[in-house]
Amino acid sequence: MTSTHPAVELDGLTKTFGAVTAVDGLSLRVQPGEVVAFLGPNGAGKTTTIDMLLGLARPDAGTVRILGGTPDNAVARGRVAAVLQTGGLLKDLTVGETVEMSAHFYRHTRPAVEVLERAGIADIAARVVGRCSGGQQQRLRFALALLPDPDLMVLDEPTTGMDVEGRRDFWQALRRDARAGRTVIFATHYLDEADAYADRIVLVRQGRVVADGTTAEIKNLAAGRTVRATLPGADQAALAALPGVDAVEVRGDSVLVRTGDSDAIARHLLTRTAARDVEITSRNLEDAFLALTTAQTGALR
Amino acid sequence: MTTLPATPTRSVEPDRRLPALGGFAPAVLRIELRRVLRNRRTLAFTLIMPGVFFLIFGLPQGGQTLDNGRPVTAYVMISLAVYAAMVATTSAGGAVATERALGWSRQLRLTPLRPSAYVATKLVTAMTLGLLAVVVEFLVGAAAGVRVPAYVWLLSGLAAWLGSLVFAAFGLFIGYLVPAENVMQFIGPILAVLAMFGGLFVPVEVLPEVLQQVATFTPVYGMGVLARAPLTGDGVSAAAVVNLVGWALVFGVGAARLFRRDTARV
Repeated sequence: MTSTHPAVELDGLTKTFGAVTAVDGLSLRVQPGEVVAFLGPNGAGKTTTIDMLLGLARPDAGTVRILGGTPDNAVARGRVAAVLQTGGLLKDLTVGETVEMSAHFYRHTRPAVEVLERAGIADIAARVVGRCSGGQQQRLRFALALLPDPDLMVLDEPTTGMDVEGRRDFWQALRRDARAGRTVIFATHYLDEADAYADRIVLVRQGRVVADGTTAEIKNLAAGRTVRATLPGADQAALAALPGVDAVEVRGDSVLVRTGDSDAIARHLLTRTAARDVEITSRNLEDAFLALTTAQTGALR
Repeated sequence: MTTLPATPTRSVEPDRRLPALGGFAPAVLRIELRRVLRNRRTLAFTLIMPGVFFLIFGLPQGGQTLDNGRPVTAYVMISLAVYAAMVATTSAGGAVATERALGWSRQLRLTPLRPSAYVATKLVTAMTLGLLAVVVEFLVGAAAGVRVPAYVWLLSGLAAWLGSLVFAAFGLFIGYLVPAENVMQFIGPILAVLAMFGGLFVPVEVLPEVLQQVATFTPVYGMGVLARAPLTGDGVSAAAVVNLVGWALVFGVGAARLFRRDTARV
């Protein structure tokens, strides 16, 4: 069966809680086989979006299609599985019993032994869940998500609360099970995770997509440099018109120019204007992330 | 829309049909029962304590008889079987509270398991534990020398067991009302008070007149009367039947409404 439908189609999703708009007209299309990081600070609306994506919450406006159908249908047929922050486990079952029990909810699943191995917890199958570490419990949730061999895997901040080693183990488990054709969407606020594991990064802020591109493209957003100079009465429009300038911000007597060609801008400022105290700083992914996901950056556009 | 090339991604395409019976499976019942029987608190309150109560409060009345000549010990045993069954079914139904508090019910919403199949599993588990509780109490009684005709064992046992369905519904009702991990800690005492009014610890007739009046309206009264009727030969009053059916409706409808509220999307 070859699916010609996008794995995920979100169109104009909106969700408000009282006066707070958690998700604000968010649209997103993900093709089968893509590994997408949903990156944003806490409160950006990632979890609410994922809840609507999975049919756990009803959007106030907008539509959700998963693999060409409704979320409920995709869940009922085991085509989508998820590892959520909020999904609980029964403390009095063993790891193996939890997998065994969940397997019976589906028409057909991969063997329990196989998913336990894939998740790297086969050695603790006999352990009671209540005595497992947070990381082990998270890998158990992952094992449960692997049971139906889903076409779409959704993970909401899967490594939150894990130590460095736990995070590495978890992502190794995910990679071990990666197969061509499975779509993976994971929410995270760790830049390095998005960078290391995603083909595509969707940056969200205040319930909207503020940037969407391949990991390389998102990195390019940050690849430029910022030239700062003291220049009273700077002509913002003229600076913005210079070749290679992405954005110009004037803060009092200071001017900040975001550019891909810092040499040319520095030369211009020093030779054609009264600018002094010129500083050139390079920006990294962290800066791009902050710039794109912080509310107070209206001028840097 | 992009059409992707048909790359072989899996050797076998998984069976994507919906699960039979909404995911309700006997194998899950087996695991649920194993779980319940592993819980020391459940075992203590449903299987051990009522038996011990019989040995403490029932046995000393050995040799005494009811008006119709049947042993008082049988009266005590049947009453305690009703008590054991109601505690068993309440705690099994009330497990929903724990599972909601732990977030397991949310986890289940990511599986094909239908909420109705989940509740059905809980009900069957509750009734199985209830049956076990009645059987254990009767075994203790029989071992301690209680002798009554076979039809009394059978009918009283069935009444005690089926009547406890009211409390399976009560457990589910509480389970959907309060998401708390240790819900039985506060339901336990309530059950004891209800059992008292239901005449399970002492006959209702020994209570003060006013309390006797009140007792007939409490949820255990009906099932107590019904379960003891085969023994006492007193017949079943309309009040007892109305009581049983009425409370079954109250808890059943209450549980169903809360269940619907719980599974509704927000």
